[in-house]
This record gives sequence, C-alpha cells and structure tokens, in this order.
Amino acid sequence: MRAVVTVIGKDTVGILHKVSGICAEYNVNVIEVTQSVLQDMFAMIMLVDITKISGDFSELVDRMTALGTELGLSIHTMHEDIFNSMHSV
Amino acid sequence: MINAHDILETIRMIQDECLDIRTITMGISLLDCIDTDIDRSCEKVYEKIVTRAKNLVPVGQQIEKEYGIPIINKRISVTPIAMLAAAAKGDPVKFALTLQRAADTCGVNFIGGYSALVHKGFSAGDMELIKSIPEALAVTENICSSVNIGSTKSGINMDAVKLMGQIVKESAEKTADKNCIGPAKLVVFCNAVEDNPFMAGAFHGVGEPDCEIHVGVSGPGVVRSTLTKYPDASINEIADIIKKTAFKITRMGQLVGARASELLNVPFGIVDLSLAPTPAVGDSVAHILEEMGLEMCGTHGTTACLAMLNDAVKKGGVMASSTVGGLSGAFIPVSEDAGMIDAANAGVLSLEKLEAMTAVCSVGLDMIVVPGDISAETISAIIADEAAIGMINTKTTAVRLIPAINKKEGEVLEFGGLLGHGPVMPIKHESAAKFINRGGRIPAPMNSLKN
Repeated sequence: MRAVVTVIGKDTVGILHKVSGICAEYNVNVIEVTQSVLQDMFAMIMLVDITKISGDFSELVDRMTALGTELGLSIHTMHEDIFNSMHSV
Repeated sequence: MINAHDILETIRMIQDECLDIRTITMGISLLDCIDTDIDRSCEKVYEKIVTRAKNLVPVGQQIEKEYGIPIINKRISVTPIAMLAAAAKGDPVKFALTLQRAADTCGVNFIGGYSALVHKGFSAGDMELIKSIPEALAVTENICSSVNIGSTKSGINMDAVKLMGQIVKESAEKTADKNCIGPAKLVVFCNAVEDNPFMAGAFHGVGEPDCEIHVGVSGPGVVRSTLTKYPDASINEIADIIKKTAFKITRMGQLVGARASELLNVPFGIVDLSLAPTPAVGDSVAHILEEMGLEMCGTHGTTACLAMLNDAVKKGGVMASSTVGGLSGAFIPVSEDAGMIDAANAGVLSLEKLEAMTAVCSVGLDMIVVPGDISAETISAIIADEAAIGMINTKTTAVRLIPAINKKEGEVLEFGGLLGHGPVMPIKHESAAKFINRGGRIPAPMNSLKN
C-alpha cells in the first residue's frame, strides 16, 4: 500500500526534513521524491510505502496537515488508489 | 510513479474546484419491520436502522481521511413508510419521529423514505401517510419525504396530483416560522427511481436488497473550470471534454463506494453521477452553461446546452462505474445554484424555461420558490405539467416547490446551508382549478408512433 504526500507553498529551510521526519516516526518508507522550486514556490511530491505503518493512517494525515498549517504550506496526504482510479482506465 | 500532473490535477479539483463526494447513502429495507402494532413496528425500525448504520458516519470519515476527498453527507434511505403504515394502524408521524431518533443516534444528515408510491392509485396506508406529511416534516428536521404520482407505464394519478398541491401548501404553512423549510424536504415524482442516493427524493425501493451502499458524486465546478481552458472548442469537442471529466469524477465515486461497501460489509449498489450544484462560489451548473457561450442561464439556447451537458455526463460516467443508477445527470435546483439564483433575479430564468430544461436534465422543477398566496390547485397544475413531461419522455421528473408564506414575487426566501436562497418567482394567475378538481387518471401513453 502506498500513499502520496504533496507539499505546495513558499519555500523555506527544512521542509523535506520535517516531512520525512514524520514519515520516519510512523515507520513509513519514502520510495520516491520529486521536487521543484519555481521562483520561491516549492512543490514536492513524495511517494511513500504505508504497508508497515505504525499507528493509524488517519493520524499521519492529521500530523501532515498540522505541519502544513504550522509552516504555511498546503500538505495533502492521500492513498495512491485515488490517483490510479481517476487517471487510468 | 504516478504522473505528477495527474496528482496536482486531482488536488486542484478538490481544493479549488469544489470536487466532492456529495453523499454516501445506505439503503435499508424495512420490510421485516412491518407489524400490526405501530409502537412495536417503530421499535423494530429504530433497531434495524441503528444496527445497520451505526458505522456509516465513522466509515465515511475514515474514507475522507484515506483519500483526502470530502464526503459532504452521510445519509440513509428506507423502504417507503406507507408500506409499514398500511399494516400498523395509527398516526404515521410516529414513524417520522422514530426515523428522526435513528438519524440522531447514527449522526447522519438525512433519512429519506417517508414516502408513498401512488402512481396508479391509493392502497392501505398511502392516504394516511400523505396526509401526515406536513406534520411529519414540521416536527422533524432530518427526514425527507417523497410521493410518486405518475409513471410512463401507468399514467398520472390526478387525484394524487390534486392532493399533493394541498400537501405542499399545507407543509409550507406549518413551517412558515422556519423559512417554509417543510416543502424543501418534499418531492413529488413521476417515474421515481428506487436507488436514488440524493435527497429529498431518496427511498429504498422494494426491488432492492436488504441493505446496500450508494454513492452520489458531484463536481459542476470541475467541469466548468475545465471548459474555461477551451474557449474556442467546437460543441462536439466540448462534449468530449465533459465526458472525460465526468469519467474522472465518477471513478472517484466508484472507488469511494467500493471502499465503503468493503468497510461496512454491505453490498455496493450504484454510483449516481449527478452534477449537483451548491450555493458555493464555483459550484454551479448554470455557470457551466454560461461557459459554453450563453450570456446568462435561462436565455435562448439554454435547453440545448443542458441537453448536451446531461448526455455527456452520462456517457463519461457510465464507462467509469461498474453500476450506474439513481438520477444520474445534471441537477437544476434554483435556490442551490449561484448562477441560477442570479439568472432568476435578473428575470432571465423563468418557470417556463425551467420546465423546458427539465425535459432534458436529470430531474425536474427543483427548489423553486413561489409566492405564498399560490393556490393549491395551481401547485397541482404545475405538478401535473411536470409529471406529463416525465411520463411522455420516459424519464424521471420531480417537483419541489416552496410556497414562501407571506412573501410576494421578487422577495427572497433564505434557507441557508446547502439549500441556499431563492427569489420568489412569478407564476401565472389564471386558474386551473376546474381541470385539477376533475380528478381521475391520465391514461398511460403510447410508446410507439413517437413524434
């Protein structure tokens, strides 16, 4: 089972560090990261493995959302199924 | 890895374009709750609903978190209560209060099914239930009612049409101090469907299984914003774009429905792929029609645009779901759609144009506010006109009119929330009373020699 974490907002120091820190806390393995900084807009998409997650997926979602609020970024954590089903036949 | 463009598109749809799952609706059969003692029957109804639906709201919330998609309503539809009222003699309002108690316990937004099916005539329980509707809607908050008064196969029951005119009016009068909310929870159908997840017309048909899960998707904002990217496309290109967008939206509904069915251990019923507007900015069906090239919804050309939209939504959605059902198409509830409200205020969108639009959209005259001094016969005549469109065209039509007590043409009736607000629309003042008072039945129509 995999999930996608997307982070969009103004670039600051340590975004990747903080997001991956929460992943580590929940025993969630980061599989792939793509990120780009256009002017000072930061956009990161992270594919993570949630098969061995410690605790509830919804807790992880809440933690990420709270981090987003704290840093003034928009962070979405969603199960990969939604993208697979919407964008492939 | 999943394409970054696809990921960002999904997030944009949800965050900026009001894409959501409008409802997860659990259909529950109450046929095994029939009892000759009304109190015993009510107790069985309560027990069955709270047992079946106890996890509906928590599961809905879990799925919201999992997929990051808002699920606006969690609802329940039940067997038409008239069938239970037929066996249990007594005041049917007891059933309405029981349903309200069950809704409070389960935490659902609405329970639909305070209903009667009288398209060919009244059987035991039907008349009692229909007469109790105004009281039932006044003493409850989250209960919805519907009555089917006609069908293509049986014609239109004009006695029921006459009665429903009185019931709609009485329902508004009984809730005059609550912005006439009563009739906003009451739908009069022709060709009602048995697996509709949308309120106020949801009920659980007798041909359905004991318990199942339906999903209603929405997303007028997504369709509109996609169209803005193609200002010079031809109409067939636009139809194609709408199909593709409807496909994506419906796939999401299918995913959520399948997941809910798995978590609740209840069979998956249908996805209703309706474009259901809300009063929120950017969530309007009227604005889609305007994006297609109309200066304002309601002007000449509106019916054609809506016909194309409705058809394209169905074509895109059908491929995306294993089972499509319900009402599926584009809804045009006036008070719930910012663009419709503006068009009605400007006098461009009239009752007559709305009637024409209902011949090609998914349902009917929906959430239309009319003057409070409208006669019951005039309401009945509007219902008869609308039912005739449904009967002849073999489609579902419905009427949800709200007589605004003590308000006149041009004033505004405010409901708040998803129901929005609507201007009191002008109606004709010439009487149809003699026609309505004749009673009887409009015979079922021919289905050949169509022209």
